[in-house]
Parts: sequence; C-alpha cells; structure tokens
Amino acid sequence: MPRSLKKGPYVEDKLMKKVNAMISTGEKKIVKTWSRRSMVVPDFIGYTFAVHNGRKFIPIYVTENMVGHKLGEFSPTRTFRGHSGSSKTSKTTSVKG
Amino acid sequence: MARIAGVDLPKNERIEIGLTRIFGVGRSVSKKVLQQARVNPDTRVKDLTDEDSVKIRALLEKDFKVEGDLRREVSMSIKRLTDIGCYRGLRHRASLPLRGQRTKTNARTRKGPRKAVVGRKKEV
Repeated sequence: MPRSLKKGPYVEDKLMKKVNAMISTGEKKIVKTWSRRSMVVPDFIGYTFAVHNGRKFIPIYVTENMVGHKLGEFSPTRTFRGHSGSSKTSKTTSVKG
Repeated sequence: MARIAGVDLPKNERIEIGLTRIFGVGRSVSKKVLQQARVNPDTRVKDLTDEDSVKIRALLEKDFKVEGDLRREVSMSIKRLTDIGCYRGLRHRASLPLRGQRTKTNARTRKGPRKAVVGRKKEV
C-alpha cells in the first residue's frame, strides 16, 4: 500500500535542511547522505547526492525523471559479478564508481 | 468483418469476447464499452451493425489507450526506469524479477527457459 497522500513525500529533515541551505545560497555541492529512504522531490533536481550503499557513497545526479523515487533505489547494495563459468562475465556489474 | 483499433475480430465470437483480442482490452473494458455503446454483449461479431462498430470504435479511442499507443507507453515506462538507473531499471536490464521475488529458484517467467550449467552435479 502506498503512503497516504495527506502526509506528502517523506524526506529526512536533515537532508531537506541541507538542500534548502544550498538553494538559498545558490551553491552546488555534493550532499553525502545515509538517508536512502528519502524520496526525491522536485527541489533536488540538478543537485548531486552521494548516497550510502552500506559500503561507500554512490554519487547520483538527480534529473527530472527521478522525482518520486527513493534515493536508495539509485545506490545498489549488492554486487553481482556473474556466475562462475559464465561466459558473459562482463554483463552488468552495475556498481559504478 | 469488424476491424477495430487495427485488429480483425474473430467472426464467430461474442462481441464481448471478441473485443478482448485487442491489446489493452480485457473483459471489464469490453463490458464497459459495450454498455456505453448500448450494444448487446451477446451479439456475434459477424452480426454487428456498422453503426455499432463505429460507436464502439469511437468510444474505445476516446477513453482507452489500446494497441500501439499502449505498447509504446509500456516500453517508454521501462525505458525511463532503465535510463535513470534505479533498482527496477537494473532488474529490467538483467531481466530478473523487479519486486523482490526469490531468484534462487523459480522466476522462470523473467529468466526464460533453464540454461544448462556445465560441470554441476545433479541435485536430487
């Protein structure tokens, strides 16, 4: 069941504060965050977030299409390097950077 | 011969069933359209009058996305997911299930037919 519309999107307060501060000062820097559960709201567009995946921070540049997804969706937590003996080992290791 | 949304409908089926040959039309859409067009769902496709088929065609095009348009919408949504690089997009790329199902066994719909693994003992 989706979240009630009445509540609006969930964004961690600390993260929102940081973004608002960046908007008011007009500077753009990478925001490190552990808050994978925060939703991408339109204010985030054009900013880069470094989202923790449990091991390191994955930089994510937010575009318009990403609005409505959670930050964690863009920072994969598992590394799949293909099965043993599989000829296509180059196929989607997918964790970049 | 009734031709609606670029699909030939089978002559001998009831119109309610025949309409479901169209991609994007199932039983419920079919019933709704026929009710609005005031066509008896039990008439065979071949007995359909021209006015009726015109009415059905107009209603379908007005309220529902079918066939090509719908297919395009679906593939665009998938493309969006893969382009933004989100988890669901990655799963689409790997053609694995998207919604957290197990993949140790099953998931054959997404994975396709079983591939033989060389050098693996048969498990019983």
